[in-house]
Amino acid sequence: MNWTIDDTWIVIIGAMCAVACALPGCFLVLRRMSMMGDAISHAVLPGLAAGFLLTGSRASLVMFIGAGVVGVLTAVFTQWVSKFGKVDRGAAMGIVFTTLFAIGLIMIRQAADDVDLDAGCVLYGAIELTILEQPVRIGAFAIPPAALMIGSVLIANLLIIMLLFKEFRISSFDPALATTVGINANLMHYLLMTMVAITTVAAFEAVGSIIVIAMLIVPPATAFLLTHRLSVMLVFSVVIGVISSILGHMGALSVPLLFGLKGTVTSGMMAAVAGGLFFLAWILGPEGLLTTRVRGNREIEKPGSVPAGETG
Amino acid sequence: MKPFVDPPVIPVDGRPEHPDNLPLSIHDLTVAYHRKPVIWDIELNIPEGKLVGVVGPNGAGKSTLLKACLDLVPKTSGEVKIYGESYKKQRSLIGYVPQRESVDWDFPVSALDVVAMGTYRKIGWFKWVGKAQKKLAREALERVGIGHLGDRQISQLSGGQQQRVFLARALAQDAKVYFMDEPFAAVDAATEQAIVALLKELNKAGKTCLVVHHDLATVKRYFDWLVLLNMRVVASGPTAEIFTKDNLQKTYGGKLSLLDDVAEALRHVGR
Repeated sequence: MNWTIDDTWIVIIGAMCAVACALPGCFLVLRRMSMMGDAISHAVLPGLAAGFLLTGSRASLVMFIGAGVVGVLTAVFTQWVSKFGKVDRGAAMGIVFTTLFAIGLIMIRQAADDVDLDAGCVLYGAIELTILEQPVRIGAFAIPPAALMIGSVLIANLLIIMLLFKEFRISSFDPALATTVGINANLMHYLLMTMVAITTVAAFEAVGSIIVIAMLIVPPATAFLLTHRLSVMLVFSVVIGVISSILGHMGALSVPLLFGLKGTVTSGMMAAVAGGLFFLAWILGPEGLLTTRVRGNREIEKPGSVPAGETG
Repeated sequence: MKPFVDPPVIPVDGRPEHPDNLPLSIHDLTVAYHRKPVIWDIELNIPEGKLVGVVGPNGAGKSTLLKACLDLVPKTSGEVKIYGESYKKQRSLIGYVPQRESVDWDFPVSALDVVAMGTYRKIGWFKWVGKAQKKLAREALERVGIGHLGDRQISQLSGGQQQRVFLARALAQDAKVYFMDEPFAAVDAATEQAIVALLKELNKAGKTCLVVHHDLATVKRYFDWLVLLNMRVVASGPTAEIFTKDNLQKTYGGKLSLLDDVAEALRHVGR
């Protein structure tokens, strides 16, 4: 394997995407609305396309605003369709995001001559290409613009989750109680949706709209299997995201060569590694298949150890 | 179905009550889901310091009544006053115990974390849960008899223990008016006794508790004030006066007589 500075940047960008996604992703998983991440990551496409068309460039503020607006609209529309259309939330999501995604695809096809963006890149991303762009110089460092973009979103997400940790916790666990203690659960819901939309857009160029779902959901779902603490779950999901990025890129460089093939796409390999880690956690985690088998039935006696009269 | 009978007017201890002094005063409240009314024309005055049972058949709108008081469902018409002011202004006076099934017990939080949620209002936005709040939460857990389970993840608790966690959280809210949605639903005897003891304790401290309840056998023992509800308020007042066969017939209407019919039929079959 021939490791260069470019490979380091790819891993850094991949890791930042994974971490930026994992933070809001934890709350998506806990709210049992993982597919909302899927819906939003697809539905932001028309917002993105509109941003491209208006400014003719990627990484513009207009694009972020467009995607953020469409992201929140997806959540609002889903609410409406399920309420007034009398269908369940899954079906409502399916209706809303496929429609928006289709509109976005049409817009991109129409604009394909003006903007260097193709549908394949939209779906899978091109983390390897992001580092080819003219780097931004900050002091002695030359930083790829993609790293700068996803880095700022990562820091914003981190700050928001740290500042509003207890607000996110209570509104995810018990929205009714949150509302009665003066924390508007709806507001928190839409804040989370906005975070997901903006994170998706920032990670979009690098990992595309399909792999981004893996980044949003798989590390948090894996972390959920490993701990009973929300704060620990956030930390674990971050670590798992970083590991996926490192192993993913190394895998992308080496694994296909073993079979005599050309190198494969890093983002895809990252998702595959994340999936593999989930599988490991599922089998070997504290409540994993193998772990409970080995531990046997000893655990079942646990509630009996509570003094009599205090059980209940 | 029989037409609804207007609720009898019960004088409150003979003295005129100004709604401003009442912990809960509901006027002309109607709530509808999908344009179908669930509760309507609710007129209700609850005096301070009472242990109030809210009783009625399934689908009578008991939970909806509670949720409408707490602005958790939109009101179609009418108003709810807590000590003479709207709910929004009086939030800090209110403690809420939702139904146990309303949350996901696999959520990665400990019992102590959940109880501490009762103190979030006082902490304010952006700040983390501090030592003082954790101490408060621990004390609340001890008051409901599960002080030793604070660090357990909530899915590792039994149903009764989970209910106690919810009650401890309401205690941590340190409210004046408590709204409790079926705290006795599917709990073991020990927990039921713990809840009753707690209710009496709150009652002694002058708090007002509204408790949705469905076990008619225990109504008389647990509550000193009663609201009989079947989409409208059938009767409201001191339990001793309100808990009569006549009122229960009106509340449970066809359903209670249906049970009578079944009992009658069974008797015939047995012969």
